[in-house]
Amino acid sequence: MEDSRRQFLKITGIAALGLSTASTAGVLAADQGPQPYTRKGDEALTAKQWGLVIDTTKIDHELAEKITEACHTTHNVPFFDPEIVGPEVAKRHEIKWIWETHYHNAFVDSGSNNYMSEEVEHRPFLVLCNHCEAPPCCRACPTEATYKRDDGIVIMNFHRCIGCRFCMAACPYGSRSFNFRDPRPFIKETNLKWPTRSKGVVEKCNFCVERLAVGKAPACVEASDGAIVFGDLEDPDSHIREVLREHYTTRRRVSLGTGPAVYYII
Amino acid sequence: MLEYAIKGDKRYYAWITFLLALIGIGFGVYLWQLRFGLGITGLSRDVSWGFYIAQLTYMVGVAAGGVMVVLPYYLHDYKAFGRITVLGEFLAIAALVVCLLSVIVDLGQPGRILNVWIHLSPHSVLFWDTVVLNGYLFLNLVVGWNVLQAERNGTHYPQWVKPFIYLSIPWAISIHTVTAFLYCGLPGRHFWLTAILAPRFLASAFAAGPALLVLLCLLIRRVTNFDPGREQIQTLAKIITYALIANLFFFGCELFVAFYSNIPGHMDHITYLFAGLHGHGVLVPWMWASMGLMVLALLLLIPPITRRNEGVLAVACAMLFIGAWIDKGLGLISAGFVPNPLHEVNEYMPTLPEVVITIGVYAIAALVLTVLYKMAVGVKEEVAA
Amino acid sequence: MNDKNKVIAGIVIFFVLLTSPFWYNLLAAKTPAPEVVLTAKAKAAKVCVRDTAWMKANHMQLLDEWRDAVVLKSERIYVSPDGKEYNMSLSNTCLDCHSNYTEFCQRCHEYASIEPYCWECHINNPKETE
Repeated sequence: MEDSRRQFLKITGIAALGLSTASTAGVLAADQGPQPYTRKGDEALTAKQWGLVIDTTKIDHELAEKITEACHTTHNVPFFDPEIVGPEVAKRHEIKWIWETHYHNAFVDSGSNNYMSEEVEHRPFLVLCNHCEAPPCCRACPTEATYKRDDGIVIMNFHRCIGCRFCMAACPYGSRSFNFRDPRPFIKETNLKWPTRSKGVVEKCNFCVERLAVGKAPACVEASDGAIVFGDLEDPDSHIREVLREHYTTRRRVSLGTGPAVYYII
Repeated sequence: MLEYAIKGDKRYYAWITFLLALIGIGFGVYLWQLRFGLGITGLSRDVSWGFYIAQLTYMVGVAAGGVMVVLPYYLHDYKAFGRITVLGEFLAIAALVVCLLSVIVDLGQPGRILNVWIHLSPHSVLFWDTVVLNGYLFLNLVVGWNVLQAERNGTHYPQWVKPFIYLSIPWAISIHTVTAFLYCGLPGRHFWLTAILAPRFLASAFAAGPALLVLLCLLIRRVTNFDPGREQIQTLAKIITYALIANLFFFGCELFVAFYSNIPGHMDHITYLFAGLHGHGVLVPWMWASMGLMVLALLLLIPPITRRNEGVLAVACAMLFIGAWIDKGLGLISAGFVPNPLHEVNEYMPTLPEVVITIGVYAIAALVLTVLYKMAVGVKEEVAA
Repeated sequence: MNDKNKVIAGIVIFFVLLTSPFWYNLLAAKTPAPEVVLTAKAKAAKVCVRDTAWMKANHMQLLDEWRDAVVLKSERIYVSPDGKEYNMSLSNTCLDCHSNYTEFCQRCHEYASIEPYCWECHINNPKETE
């Protein structure tokens, strides 16, 4: 759509110029010679549907914190210190892409098991955007500011977001955060290689598209010491499919039909 | 006809000045919100919609309620409503002003609002909501204005208006249906995920909209020389009664499904509203007040002896209007988000700046309504004289 | 209606006020175009992604295309007409050379009286210490 729009503008622009013959000649002259183009980088990692397997047996509180930290510093996610802004505001304005929670919070439908393994009950569960096969957030968005890429990643186009927060209501995983204020003063150490956000837009996990583009694994995977595996769910020969074949895994709220791409080994 | 709006007595200008003052204050606070962001509201990561969107939802109902005078007059040829159809249509316009402005003040990046039309997304219900709301605004402006002008000139309204009138009737149903679809199509929000949400919205709309119209009719009779008419008000009262019964019945259906099925996901939100959940329950007194007001209003509306007394009727209408506002304005939006998808309870209450901005929005709508009603009453008085 | 003259006068005054910026620009003295300063790195590179005149006129369109290519098509490499390749990144490519925001970007933007909000998100300048 973007392309056809630009094409349309170009054509109408040329038509307008065409009113004067002299400038038409100018445009034609400018169109000669080699044209610039864009392409993917050679080392970019590609897939049909990226996915994660989180081996919760290998993740303790320390590792969960390390992973969260890696993600949040990479993407300039602000931290609203309760001691500075007050506990209530810190909670309300909180922004998180990946975070630690309990089994019964991550798996609300099966979480009310009365007699659970104590170890599992206290084990940290990392939750994040599920990059759903049928993402309700993308359906809700009125501007295509959030959409599913060809490689299955559900991504935000921050430039286009109008901040209506329909996607936050639509997400059944609570994976989305909103910038209730300018986040910059609350970013501990800024990653100069990646932008921050402006106030008034929604944000969430982007599966580290900027790292995949240069051949690197997502930051959480890299920081996980092997506890998180990433790969192409649609490639039967991929490592992630091998892991899925070998382990019993589960996903969050499968009954809703969203098709989460994040699997958990419990 | 606009000249009627600039000819008024002292009281009229005092009222206009008062509204302008409220608008000024609201606008000032809105500028603050633009600078700081939506952080000045009580909204949070978990309850990401609140007071603003609630006003949209409620006033869409009031706008749709206007059809309750249009439909009997134009489809059933119920002549008595000819006196007040324009009041219903103009009320719908003012209500839509609240709706559209509430959406704008709720946006994090209002400057980018045109993206909704630049990047058309027919899969988004919000897109359709903008279509139906703006369409209904257009229909009511065209119909209301032309019919009133014809009345002033002592002629029949032009034939080309007729299709717009007929179109406005299903369109009124559509605005509240689409607004309900904003909520009831979202997986994982069990409080809203109910096929009866749109019918329930319509039932409360056809009670609350006409209730406000009754109050306005009584006010117009008191402050102007135009009497909207006793029969008209009584017919509205019957419509309100039926709609309120339907509204409470639908709510009862919700309660049955949630609690007889005993499914936690469906019960939790209702439990949160009426009894509190995990020790959190700021809305509990509000919700019981809302139910109490609506049931009491119904008890006053059903017996003809109380309904026919206009004083009692006014009280019943006010109670119903407030009760339905709490139900739809405070409860419905909040409870959909509490508990959150991870079953944590984080509550919401609007902050003072949020309330002041909302009052500013209502003041703009009240100003629009005042000007429109001034015109309508001016024409009616002129024709009668 | 005997206010015909008043109405016409009102319309004329409104029109004059509406077009006042144009009158102002026609009558006021021309402000000279600002000189932008190139950093040592930018000077050493000699040429930008495209030639200077083209960049002056079209950098905003270029950035718009870059943005869409990266965000929508996940393409990050720009191949210029002379075959050179660039990483399409405002922060890491453009502002790497043009690391003097106040003397480069801001000067022209101020002159043209526009306020692009790119810097609300894209890190203003990795090297400039202000």
